[in-house]
Amino acid sequence: MTVRTITAIAECPECFGEVALRDVMENEIVQCSECGVDLEVLGLDPVALELAPEEDEDWGE
Amino acid sequence: MRVGILYSRVRAEEKLLFEEFTQRGAEFDLLDDRKLIFDITGGEELTARYEEYDVIVERCIHHGRALVSLRILNDRGIPTVNSVQVADVCGDKLQTTSALTAAGIPSPRTLVAFTTDGALEAMEELGYPVVMKPSVGSWGRLLSKLNDREAAETVLEHKEVLGTYHHSIFYIQEYIEKPGRDIRAFTIGSETVCAIYRDSAHWITNTARGGQASVCPVTPELNDLCVRAARAVGGGCVAIDVLEDPDRGFLVNEVNYTMEFRNSVQPTGVNIPGRIADFALQVGRDGWEAANR
Repeated sequence: MTVRTITAIAECPECFGEVALRDVMENEIVQCSECGVDLEVLGLDPVALELAPEEDEDWGE
Repeated sequence: MRVGILYSRVRAEEKLLFEEFTQRGAEFDLLDDRKLIFDITGGEELTARYEEYDVIVERCIHHGRALVSLRILNDRGIPTVNSVQVADVCGDKLQTTSALTAAGIPSPRTLVAFTTDGALEAMEELGYPVVMKPSVGSWGRLLSKLNDREAAETVLEHKEVLGTYHHSIFYIQEYIEKPGRDIRAFTIGSETVCAIYRDSAHWITNTARGGQASVCPVTPELNDLCVRAARAVGGGCVAIDVLEDPDRGFLVNEVNYTMEFRNSVQPTGVNIPGRIADFALQVGRDGWEAANR
């Protein structure tokens, strides 16, 4: 598959600040530079951001 | 060559892997573990669904999802990186230490107990401070350095009241006075391709917890130890945490099977995702055994 990426400005769903997205793909995790939360890119067209899932007990390497 | 990449979220590591597979001309599909449904009673259809892949690379963030997916795929002969055996052993610190020490790999002294009384007795035997860890977990989460019996009793009571049953299997380790750092070595197949020091003023040195990465030379001794440790857990692509004991030298502490490497490429100058991609493609072409030879 070819990975589709976009560059755009989106709104943080937590603090409503601007999040600069650069070459991001679907399901990528980005951080809001204003409030620091982790966000997941759920859609590219239109751009959709949601809070990334909270860390779980079995998460890791 | 067709590759499936099983993932939970796209982090820096996954993006780097996608680039490396693309550069190698490998076709790949992304398999989001949140959307997966395995019809394990579905007979040949399930096997056929995944047989289109020469290899599936596991990049789940949940150990539980990784383990179950790899079990289902490997049971049906679908090659994966890593194998379910590696995930099973490395995803559980108790199993890891048992596999390492059974193979004669030097490790910190570790005691296992099943009751709070047994855990306290084990701690007294080791002598304080001791380190208690959940057997499943990562990124330094819920590690406890217990400096005395009172602290131990407190943490044990919390585990008894608040923990799940996993927390009633007590993994208790001697505390190693390491020199403000530990080593993270990256072993792929039969070679330790690079290593970093993780420096931290805190006793937990994970880079996820703020440890600073710098290059660590892969000496023949370190390479040999890490390759033996990797083989003890089943081979594959693993990140091995090594402590430097002032008297005993290198001690293998943990082995990680879905390695994170974003902070290690720059200081080492080694293209770790490229090496993982090469290894995975070799598994797809020649099989797991040949890739680990």
